Amino acid sequence: MNIEEKGFNEDFQFETPLAPKRTRLQEFWLLFRQNRLAILGLFIFILFFCCAIAGLFMTSGPDPLFDPAMIRLQEKLRPPLVKPNLDSLRREEIPCLGFYLMGTDDLGRDVFARMLQGAWVSLTVGFVAVGISVLIGIFMGGIAGYFGQHHIRVDHVIVTFLLISGTALVTAHFIRFGAVLLCLTPAYIFYSFLTQNRSKGKTLPLWAKVFRKNAVSVDTLIMRIVDIMLCFPSFFLILTVVALLPASIYNIMIVIGLTSWMGTTRFVRAEFLSLREQDFVAAVKTLGAGNFRIIFRHMMPNAVAPVLVSATIGIATAILTEAGLSFLGFGVPPPHATWGNILSDGKNFIFDAPWLTFIPGIAILIVVLSFNLFGEGLRDVLNPKLRGRH
Amino acid sequence: MANNNTLISVQDLKVYFRSSHECARAVDGVSFEVRKEETVCLVGESGCGKTVSALSILGLIPIPPGEIAGGRILFQGKNLLELDEEDMQKIRGNRIAMVFQEPLTSLNPVFTIEDQIGEAVRIHKNIGAGELRDCCIKLLKDVGIPSPVQRLKDYPHQLSGGQRQRVMIAMALACDPDLIIADEPTTALDVTVQAQILQLLKSIQKTRSMSVLYITHDLGVVANIADRVYVMYSGIVTEQGNTAQIFYDARHPYTQGLLASLPSRSKRGKRLYSIPGTVPNPAYKPEGCPFHPRCPHAISTCSREHPEMCDYSKAHLARCPVLFESANGYK
Repeated sequence: MNIEEKGFNEDFQFETPLAPKRTRLQEFWLLFRQNRLAILGLFIFILFFCCAIAGLFMTSGPDPLFDPAMIRLQEKLRPPLVKPNLDSLRREEIPCLGFYLMGTDDLGRDVFARMLQGAWVSLTVGFVAVGISVLIGIFMGGIAGYFGQHHIRVDHVIVTFLLISGTALVTAHFIRFGAVLLCLTPAYIFYSFLTQNRSKGKTLPLWAKVFRKNAVSVDTLIMRIVDIMLCFPSFFLILTVVALLPASIYNIMIVIGLTSWMGTTRFVRAEFLSLREQDFVAAVKTLGAGNFRIIFRHMMPNAVAPVLVSATIGIATAILTEAGLSFLGFGVPPPHATWGNILSDGKNFIFDAPWLTFIPGIAILIVVLSFNLFGEGLRDVLNPKLRGRH
Repeated sequence: MANNNTLISVQDLKVYFRSSHECARAVDGVSFEVRKEETVCLVGESGCGKTVSALSILGLIPIPPGEIAGGRILFQGKNLLELDEEDMQKIRGNRIAMVFQEPLTSLNPVFTIEDQIGEAVRIHKNIGAGELRDCCIKLLKDVGIPSPVQRLKDYPHQLSGGQRQRVMIAMALACDPDLIIADEPTTALDVTVQAQILQLLKSIQKTRSMSVLYITHDLGVVANIADRVYVMYSGIVTEQGNTAQIFYDARHPYTQGLLASLPSRSKRGKRLYSIPGTVPNPAYKPEGCPFHPRCPHAISTCSREHPEMCDYSKAHLARCPVLFESANGYK
């Protein structure tokens, strides 16, 4: 009885902290440190990052330190670490290190300078493309997982179809017909608002009933779009799209991003399906939080771990895809160097100047491998069930 | 029925859950009210509709499969069932707050408790960061967390069960609501901590002059905390009255059975009583009184007519006309 009445001691203070306080990051680092390969991956990743940023500054501007576009025809196909023939070069043509670190290509351009420029391309393509795909993936997955059992009515499907086909017709210069379709859409929305308020409790005519029928659930719709996207062989889809669009580095980033969000969507949806039933979501709801606050502030931080892992590995894939596109000549337009087109240019001289293919090839290999190792290490730390497997 | 003192009154609430081939009538005509500065207990066994009643107050019944088939929930004169989602969000957490059963899973594992209590305040009020922090510290102090300043940066997994439940209560208190719904908040805790939490709820209810709707299946807790009690069985209220009336003068055979099956010192060495049979499936309830297949006093009319509430004495009502008539007949 006494205990009950006394309750707790309000003024009690701990003399010493109970346990050493570690932040999440420290705890994460303690676990991550044990995986040597992942540490190696992280190290190479940081090195690559620094090189790419340094490369951007050293190869761009009006008077770059390393000029990747400088052509010295008399110095072509020099092997790595060879000193230039100083007699035949003008002053500004002499490489800044005093020798060709990675040799020169068939036009006498410094491969080291071109590799530096290409590193920045690879880095941005990797990060921007994955950024786009993660954003789309999280959004679609979040909607599918959280609002999954909501239904889309038949009339919504029809209106969306009208809207899309109207826009398509207008852009394809069938302006009059397209405009009619486009005008129909707001007219229908207006009409449905009118009838919605009036028809409460009344029996509707048959056509209205058909329109009000639930067509598909949000979950089905989004996941089937994902399935359809996964059906396309994505590299050929990218090839087709890139062939149609004007060649530029931004188009490549966007196209790679738009064709690689499906995995993230599936991850996030799966996480959300289990998170949605958790008590803390109900608890936040009882506090009066709105749906989007619940999704993006409370549920998303619980779901990002697998996304983070797939994003790291996704960066590697995006770099590889970009290199592949550039190799095939669909990538970044020629005067700009990327690892893919250095490789592509070098393949004609593979027996005379093997460094032209080996240097970018090995660079791609190392970077992609390091991203994969880092990603695997992240996964081991973030998913306790997989710990202790390496 | 509704006088000025009534904070919330639930009238003839019906909540059904439909599946493709059957309809579970989880709450089937429940009426109760909570007055200002009062602790009311909803008691009943698992599946009798306590939690569903509470969730429908906050509009948290998933629709579909759920369906509010009828009734009204009047909170400060407004019918909560008619409010739209936006107005409902202004009431949740702000005017009516809820404490859940499992304190471990009710806290978000990736945020510190400062973030979570702060979030509860931030949703409804627009205040600065420093003020928010002070507010969190004060709330933690109010719910009796020792050294609140050091605790602010803790994650839920670093706290004990009782502390987590205190944090949940702090979150519920954040906007100083009029009504706290506590859905079995002590079930997951051990007995000493349970006593502390009950004590805490009691003192908070007194100092902040709030109302508490306490949902439990534990009659010991009811005796400890309640001013008035509603006993529920199979989606209906079978008996209501103040705590003394229910415990010393139970009129409904179900309440009598519940009390008889409590272990106590006087029953030492004897076999403990248990009510025969099981709770009816909410999709296939018996005709008439839902308790009649298990009732020792059942007569043939019980299986035909739905029993009415009978007024035994001041505010002591029980849904059993059979015992009512026989009791009055003896007089």
